[in-house]
Amino acid sequence: MRLPLFRQTISVNVIMLKVMLALLPALFAYIYYFGPAVVVQIVLASLTVLAAEAVMLKLRRQPVLPFLADGSALVTGWLLALSLPATAPWWLTVVACLFAIVVAKHLYGGIGNNLLNPAMVGYAVMLISFPAYMTQWLTPDSLHAAPGLGESFRLIFGSSPPLDGLTMATPLDTAKTQLKLDLTLGEIVKQPIFGLLGGKGSEMVALGYLFGGLFLWQQRIITWHIPAAMLGSLFAVSGLFWMIDADRYVSPVFHLFTGAAMLGAFFIATDPVTGATTPRGKLIFGAGIGLLVFFIRTFGGYPDGVAFAVLLLNLCVPLIDAHTQPPVFGHKNAHKKGSPD
Amino acid sequence: MLSAILVMVFLAVLLGSVLGFASVRYKVEGDPLVDKIDAILPQTQCGQCGFPGCKPYATAIASGEADINQCPPGGDEGVRKLAELLGREYKPLNAEHGEEKPKSVAVIDENTCIGCTLCIQACPVDAILGAAKHMHTVIASECTGCELCVEPCPVDCITMQPIAETLSNWKWKYPIIPIRPIATEKQPQ
Amino acid sequence: MRKLAKFNGGVHPPQHKSESNQQAIAGLPLPERLFVPLRQHIGNPAKPLVSVGERVLKGQIIGQPEGYVSAAIHAPTSGKVIAVGPAPVPHPSGLADLCVIIEADGQDEWFTHEPLRYREMDPSAVRNRIRDLGVVGLGGAVFPSFIKLNPGARQKTQTLIINGAECEPYITCDDRLMRERAEDILRGIEIMGYMLHPTEVLIGIEDNKPEAIAAMQAAAARVTFPVEVVAVPTVYPGGGAKQLTRVLTGKEPPAGGRSTDIGVQVFNVATAYSLHRAVHLGEPMLSRIVTVSGNVERPGNYEALIGTPVEHLLTAAGGAKADTARYIMGGPMMGIPLTSPGLPVTKAMNCVIAASEALFPSAPPAMPCIRCGRCAQACPAELQPFELYWHAKSRNFGKTQEYGIFDCIECGCCDYVCPSHIPLVDYYRFAKSEIWAREQEKTAADTARNRHEFRTFRLEREKQERAERLAQKAAGAKTAEAPAETGSDAEAEKAAKKAAIEAALERAKAKKAQVQPQNTDNLPPEKQQEIAEIEARRAKIREMAQQPPDSTGN
Repeated sequence: MRLPLFRQTISVNVIMLKVMLALLPALFAYIYYFGPAVVVQIVLASLTVLAAEAVMLKLRRQPVLPFLADGSALVTGWLLALSLPATAPWWLTVVACLFAIVVAKHLYGGIGNNLLNPAMVGYAVMLISFPAYMTQWLTPDSLHAAPGLGESFRLIFGSSPPLDGLTMATPLDTAKTQLKLDLTLGEIVKQPIFGLLGGKGSEMVALGYLFGGLFLWQQRIITWHIPAAMLGSLFAVSGLFWMIDADRYVSPVFHLFTGAAMLGAFFIATDPVTGATTPRGKLIFGAGIGLLVFFIRTFGGYPDGVAFAVLLLNLCVPLIDAHTQPPVFGHKNAHKKGSPD
Repeated sequence: MLSAILVMVFLAVLLGSVLGFASVRYKVEGDPLVDKIDAILPQTQCGQCGFPGCKPYATAIASGEADINQCPPGGDEGVRKLAELLGREYKPLNAEHGEEKPKSVAVIDENTCIGCTLCIQACPVDAILGAAKHMHTVIASECTGCELCVEPCPVDCITMQPIAETLSNWKWKYPIIPIRPIATEKQPQ
Repeated sequence: MRKLAKFNGGVHPPQHKSESNQQAIAGLPLPERLFVPLRQHIGNPAKPLVSVGERVLKGQIIGQPEGYVSAAIHAPTSGKVIAVGPAPVPHPSGLADLCVIIEADGQDEWFTHEPLRYREMDPSAVRNRIRDLGVVGLGGAVFPSFIKLNPGARQKTQTLIINGAECEPYITCDDRLMRERAEDILRGIEIMGYMLHPTEVLIGIEDNKPEAIAAMQAAAARVTFPVEVVAVPTVYPGGGAKQLTRVLTGKEPPAGGRSTDIGVQVFNVATAYSLHRAVHLGEPMLSRIVTVSGNVERPGNYEALIGTPVEHLLTAAGGAKADTARYIMGGPMMGIPLTSPGLPVTKAMNCVIAASEALFPSAPPAMPCIRCGRCAQACPAELQPFELYWHAKSRNFGKTQEYGIFDCIECGCCDYVCPSHIPLVDYYRFAKSEIWAREQEKTAADTARNRHEFRTFRLEREKQERAERLAQKAAGAKTAEAPAETGSDAEAEKAAKKAAIEAALERAKAKKAQVQPQNTDNLPPEKQQEIAEIEARRAKIREMAQQPPDSTGN
């Protein structure tokens, strides 16, 4: 018999379930503005990750059911499906999921032992390998009728070629390329794909992530440190540049509400396995991601930088944690010992 | 040409004297490596390694005359630590030198002991108390379990007894986590 | 209103106190046999003073304190000693330990005892008496109280804290004690105050015990010395000495140090009560109040003699229900499973919980750690439990020490909140005992090294001395035959020695035949008992010789 005799009725699968629950507002916004294609991707990703997880567990001689039931693989699949373009061909999603589960997760020892965020590894590999597919995003519903379920199927499973005008570059991408064409931001954001806060439609999805993230915080699944530090540093540094030249640098609000900033801040950087764990370490970790996101978006070759920023900071976690250990009870006055009182 | 040679000579003399000074100033007494090896060895002083004690074995390892897997009391863990210290490959204990055994102490059967003092002379750590023609006894807390006293005894009154588990030396075991709870845990009352 | 500080984390497990705190403390019928362990406190076990067959009186000392950190053990009732030897004791190992087993004669006849006139005595003499009366801390650590009653030369005790927090679920023995015997507790506190001269005395009680707080406040209002009863927030482990010190004073006892380093001394309320009995009545620590709760018919608190089998307690509580699977000593957070209900009550046993699968479902299987950090948020020692777990699991003990494993108080908060259901505390205990064992091994190795080096040096010196003597002898005897004579001398000596060994061998053979008769079976019972006693004594001697401290003899 194990002591303590009773324990809190929380388990890993409850945590993962709540994470998926928190993704729902953003998912509804996504469907509302961009059509049901993303649901096809989520189903496809879920099936792939579950199958990959089961096979890997079997190969590693681990009990399959308890580990499958922990829901961690499903969360990885959902995050990937939400990060990839909704009309990405099926094999792109499948390969991304396989890479995430097989390489990033199980080759490192399975849940709890992976150094890098599996979803972001899958995403980054796809972004590097198939950049053309990864920059084609659905235009919001108000500009063009979103593809229905049947059309989504045909798009994803390749029986009909992508329609012109149905997809486009993301607002972040647009702003970046058009800035290079010497347009001022004032002119750029007048284009119809830009909304009030960020991109039209996608800003509402970002709001959904924010809402879901606050739910996770309220449920004590995540602490405030990483999202606050990441969004705060992104806001601060982009604000600084924006104040220097508002024509060449997009506004801090735009930075927060476009791309994967919100998704990254609340759902990806907060992955406990690969993130920093000490309170101070979380602040450094989050701030580092925010800074890198800004610099990759503004000066780098890719339109968005959340995946790379998270992965780079994942690599720094052991160092950050080792140097930010909080003082232990009774050690706080240790260095004062011997001083006259 | 000449200046170059002069510069080189000057540098050689300068650096040589610095090195010479350093070697005198920071001279290390004894061989720190031997002491480090000796610190890993269990100090049983049993001689199973083929050397007359732990220090000589440590010296032999340091000079490369002996291998790191000749110490049965140090066990597998000892070999691993030595391998780590010396940056060598781990190898299993050499069976020629004996096997790893649970830690024991020598116990003298006091009814049989004739007081011959042979075991006292054999004990490498002076852990046997007694005088000629008087009963001898082992100071259990000082006994290293080397077994060197067993053989010289003419009446075979010394036996090695494994140290029993008591409340003082009991250890918490490595937790075993069953993936499926085991139903047989219930004890008969 | 006193301003209270907070400590990090803590948890709020279900209380389950109302089951057992509704009835008054009940007495117990005298058990037939009492199993009194001689190791009931931190430090050296007491040395048995009685032998089999001896009649002992209630309160008679049967175990003498050994060394400084030790306390006396007494006969809980009058009766006959029927055995002095190893018997199972409540310990996580389930191993046996030296016990005095007493068969009660039912008369409960007291040994002579009288109150201590402590105000007229030398403080050191008072402390020695307290040691001989077997008073130890009843809060859990069972540390001999006389040591803590020494004010010490270095730092004055400013704050005396009396711990009535009783933070663990199910346990209500201190609650009932405070409700029913508040005045006696305060009399005990008065003695503590007299010994330590603190500037303030605080009694910390968790606010889930309003009746106890009221009773203590009423009693405190009637005493002549200043004492403050403070209600502290209910959060586990608020009753940990370090945590309570932090809450009441805002100061943290330094790691690895004692609370006295910051001018604080902490005693449990039950210790204060026992001290009162010991000093004002002269009664040694013979009994304690034990909560019996969980899967029993009539949960409650019982005043049990030390050595009472737990079964006896359970019977008094109406017996354990049929589906009871295990018994736990202590609370549900930090307790230890009892290997059998036959084990005796000890000074450390504050609670017995009968556990069933229905009451306490087994923990789900452990899953890998996902570093979610809930344990760190709950840890009252402000550790990073998942890091400790990681290193303890991979037997990287140096790292566990760097992460402060010895600051862990094993409260089980991390275990309680872990979503992966990892038995974290078990890993910490494993790591701690491995580290201790290694340290002991190292000390033993160092001793062996020193002794070996000294022996080598001694042999060398003896050789030299012999050579010198030889040289002197050779110089003194100028005749030519001298060297030859010394040679034959040595040989003759050797031969004589050999002959002596042979003779001794013969004697030994003869003796062996005498000493070890094979027909012990046919001896009369008295004779057999005598042999058994001799054997027992011998085993005892052997065991004592194996105890490391103070038996070196060098």
